[in-house]
Amino acid sequence: MLGVGAYRTRNRPARSEVLPVPIGQMTWTLTDHQGRLVRPSDWAGRPVMVFFGFTWCPDVCPTTLSDISLWLEELGADADRLIVALISVDPERDTPDVLAGYVSNFDPRIIGLTGPADEVAQAAADFRATYRRVDKEGGDYTMDHTAGVFLFHPDGRFASIIDFHEDRRFAVPKLRRTLS
Amino acid sequence: MKHFLLATTLIFSAPAAMACETVTIGDLTVEHAWSKATIGAGRPGVFYVEIKNSGTTDDALVGITTPAAGMPMLHETVVQDGIASMPHAMSVPVPAGQSVQLAPGGYHGMLMELTTALKEGDSFPVTLSFEKSGEVTVNVDVLSLRAEGPDCADAGQ
Ligand SMILES: [Cu+2]
Repeated sequence: MLGVGAYRTRNRPARSEVLPVPIGQMTWTLTDHQGRLVRPSDWAGRPVMVFFGFTWCPDVCPTTLSDISLWLEELGADADRLIVALISVDPERDTPDVLAGYVSNFDPRIIGLTGPADEVAQAAADFRATYRRVDKEGGDYTMDHTAGVFLFHPDGRFASIIDFHEDRRFAVPKLRRTLS
Repeated sequence: MKHFLLATTLIFSAPAAMACETVTIGDLTVEHAWSKATIGAGRPGVFYVEIKNSGTTDDALVGITTPAAGMPMLHETVVQDGIASMPHAMSVPVPAGQSVQLAPGGYHGMLMELTTALKEGDSFPVTLSFEKSGEVTVNVDVLSLRAEGPDCADAGQ
């Protein structure tokens, strides 16, 4: 996997000037891959890991979810209290059913979240994440989106971001610090 | 329907060892070609490979074709200011004496308009076009959506 590291380090790290707001101050309402409504208050008292993506994404998203799955396996039962969510930036195509088929390929603790465009926009605003639609020839489109993984402490405070290019050796220790 | 039947006969089940096959053209060695399973044929597939240039002349991968996709393209995943995008790559440099990888998070073949869903365990051919060395075809092994690369005994990675 040396090549992956080599390619990832070519990219510039994330530099967000504004930090995500605490989970308790977020105002979005989304639907999970099993059709249940989820609000930030449902996550009170639990550590949180959130990633923005979409299921039509062939490279960044499955790679991140594979990485997350490996981290969760390494943490084992320690990560059972951790909320792990993929928030779709492509709700037009990512219905709860579509998300269900997708997340079933990864660690079962990962949930998929989607919803109306304005709720997804609210979630992105709360996390200080960005995304934009990129139209391609023939009516098809793809999405550019924030690639980092957001971590929050059990009390809802923002902890840190695991950048996409970041050496994965640092991910699990970062996660452990978030869990406690 | 004729088109569909043609497509299904070109994608066949093969042992997992396929990804470990090595093909050469001129000074180039092409190996560890793999892809990820897709959910249906509507989503794009992906193509990863490793190319070694043992010669003294720079070369470049300028295109890919495959019966598995109507619109295969070279892309590069770029993360800038934390935002991931994947612009079209006109070519992938393969400098003299160096190795280049199309790998998760970097350069990749983007297989748009799949003729059929890619299933774990399947295999399909991809023809790589090099600026100087010409064309060479390699068999691509479809791994799971979760896979991070082929498991080759001689992988050396
Ligand atoms: Cu791509």
